[in-house]
Amino acid sequence: MTTYHELDPVEAKIAARDVSVFYGDQQALDRVSIDIGTEYVTAFIGPSGCGKSTLLRTFNRMNDTIANARVEGEVRLDGVDIYRSDLDVVQLRARVGMVFQKPNPFPKSIYENVAYGPRIHGLAVNRTELDAIVERSLRRAGLWDEVKDRLSDSGTALSGGQQQRLCIARAIAVDPEVILMDEPCSALDPIATARIEELIGELKGRYAIVIVTHSMQQAARVSQRTAFFHLGRMVEYGKTSDIFTNPREERTKDYITGRYG
Amino acid sequence: MSPVIPLLLVLGLATVGWLVARARARIFRRARPGGRLDSRPQYHAWFVALCAGLPAGLFALAWSAFSPGLVVMRVLQAPAAAALPAEGILRDAILAEAGALATRHATGAFHPLARTLVPAFEQAIAHYAQVGLAVTLLLGFATGTWAFLRLRPDFRARTQVERMIMAALLLASLAAILTTFGIFASLLAETWRFFRFVPPGDFLFGNHWSPDPMADVGPVATDSYGALPLFWGTFAIGVVIAMLVAIPLGLMSAIHLTQYASPALRRWVKPMLEMLAGVPTVVYGYFAALTVAPAVRRLGEALGLANPSSESALAAGLVMGIMIIPFVSSMADDAIAAVPAEMRDGSLALGATRFETIHRVLIPAALPGIVAGIMLAISRAIGETMIVVMAAGATARLTANPFESMTTVTFQIVAMLTGEGSFDHPATLSAFALGMVLFLVTLALNFVALRVVLRFRQAYD
Repeated sequence: MTTYHELDPVEAKIAARDVSVFYGDQQALDRVSIDIGTEYVTAFIGPSGCGKSTLLRTFNRMNDTIANARVEGEVRLDGVDIYRSDLDVVQLRARVGMVFQKPNPFPKSIYENVAYGPRIHGLAVNRTELDAIVERSLRRAGLWDEVKDRLSDSGTALSGGQQQRLCIARAIAVDPEVILMDEPCSALDPIATARIEELIGELKGRYAIVIVTHSMQQAARVSQRTAFFHLGRMVEYGKTSDIFTNPREERTKDYITGRYG
Repeated sequence: MSPVIPLLLVLGLATVGWLVARARARIFRRARPGGRLDSRPQYHAWFVALCAGLPAGLFALAWSAFSPGLVVMRVLQAPAAAALPAEGILRDAILAEAGALATRHATGAFHPLARTLVPAFEQAIAHYAQVGLAVTLLLGFATGTWAFLRLRPDFRARTQVERMIMAALLLASLAAILTTFGIFASLLAETWRFFRFVPPGDFLFGNHWSPDPMADVGPVATDSYGALPLFWGTFAIGVVIAMLVAIPLGLMSAIHLTQYASPALRRWVKPMLEMLAGVPTVVYGYFAALTVAPAVRRLGEALGLANPSSESALAAGLVMGIMIIPFVSSMADDAIAAVPAEMRDGSLALGATRFETIHRVLIPAALPGIVAGIMLAISRAIGETMIVVMAAGATARLTANPFESMTTVTFQIVAMLTGEGSFDHPATLSAFALGMVLFLVTLALNFVALRVVLRFRQAYD
């Protein structure tokens, strides 16, 4: 049984309807429907293999890069089905940015990492504009003060937490509307994690943010909406405060209280 | 002197040692309260067998290598040897003939003196055979006994056997390295002899190559040993033309295989591409000489060149490039596949197309591996012989026209060594100097390439 808290349709930035994902014969996601609002941070929680990352990757069609992955159902961004055959996936991914589990800066300079997206999308007509985009993105990602004197150093030479903020800056640089974060802190130490969580708070409202996390504390700290997944299904979706204090489903309650997962 | 009989006896000795040691270890085991030894009886057995067999076996081999020298020395002390000419080729020839007669490898001799030396030879050979056999067996017995006496119930035979196996493996891996040094040393000696005739400066920087193996050795000859046209020919064919073919095709096939090809296609195409590397180069040579060279000549005619050569640098280079494709593509394939998938995903998630991702992220990240592959391919190409022998021609000239015939270092090595000149003629010796240059250049290329690969590996581990 699928339970979801449907928001006012006008508010929904992303609307998924009956989304199922298969990897070969294996079903990873089973008829999930969810609305993602613009002004919140939405957290996906649940035990490993519950389908939360899979759902996230349907929002920018990153499942396309996995051989023999198949998506059924409908995902709409601002009311437009992103699985339509004539949809340009390049444009979609420019609007829906993504931050990965493991920081993955390119083996290029810090500057070039951030400038990569604007360059391929032609967002700057000259060097001055590009410089401005790079600086703004790094500032928003809270990294500017740490790297402004060494923009030509390699991005891979930064610490793990800095690398992840660089990846966030890189995603921000193409001016997306949605930022998807797939367990962005799982490879980071507690201090770097706190810095990223703080950053998510600062970015909230400017971008619709969806974060997949293993940590229920993190979901409680950074999100306003939480969806709980189990065995490929969405069990419960609602305000984060409700999910953590007053879950409607028994399974949610068991997971929150640490009975399994 | 044949080492077969001593080796068989050593084997027998080792077998006896094995059986005796196992029996002894079993007696130890029975006497022990728990019925357990530190090492199983087999290890005791192997320890004694190896101790008895290895030193003696090695001695037998060494003896078979050194004893002929000792035999000659003994023969020279025989009264019949007094009649030998003092020094030189004739003396060596007579000794060799006498030796062949004594060991029944020959039935007649050209020189009458050889026959008179036969009894001395036979006597010396028999003498050293007996000495060698006796020392071999004594050595085997001594080391075997020593090993046997070390056996105790708590003797760690297992550790000792492991150590001996490790030493054997180390020796095996050293063999290849020592051989390389051996090659280098032999090249060095001959190169040195060549440089006594032709100064290295004239050889390396002279631009006229026409050695005459029949000419008298004199100061006139040295200005015909300028190897620059050969280096140029090697560079033009193996580096410029071959790489113009191999780099784009190899790289593109690697990109296709790693990024675009379906797994099923990849399973088929990759092994087939790698099979290209296994085609004997002489077959490529036919292809170059019979198919590509005439086509290149017709192309030259069509372009309006007067008298295009039927052998050309272009034909050899094109076919060599095709031969090299698997080297480039296989290394590039590995390098691109080694770039973490997150890197590719990161670029795709920013809205980059597949091709943008490949040429802006994957190839830059994989560049060290790709460059290393290209360098290995170059070192392979400049050492390639059969294709140039069959299709490039023999004329040494410094020309930028690829439709003309050029010659390469490898071609001239073949030509000089299979020529009619005597072995100590500078023309023949020049082959060694050329080989030395080739050896050093490919060694340097491989060394740099491997360093690059090593650094690349560390970057992603």
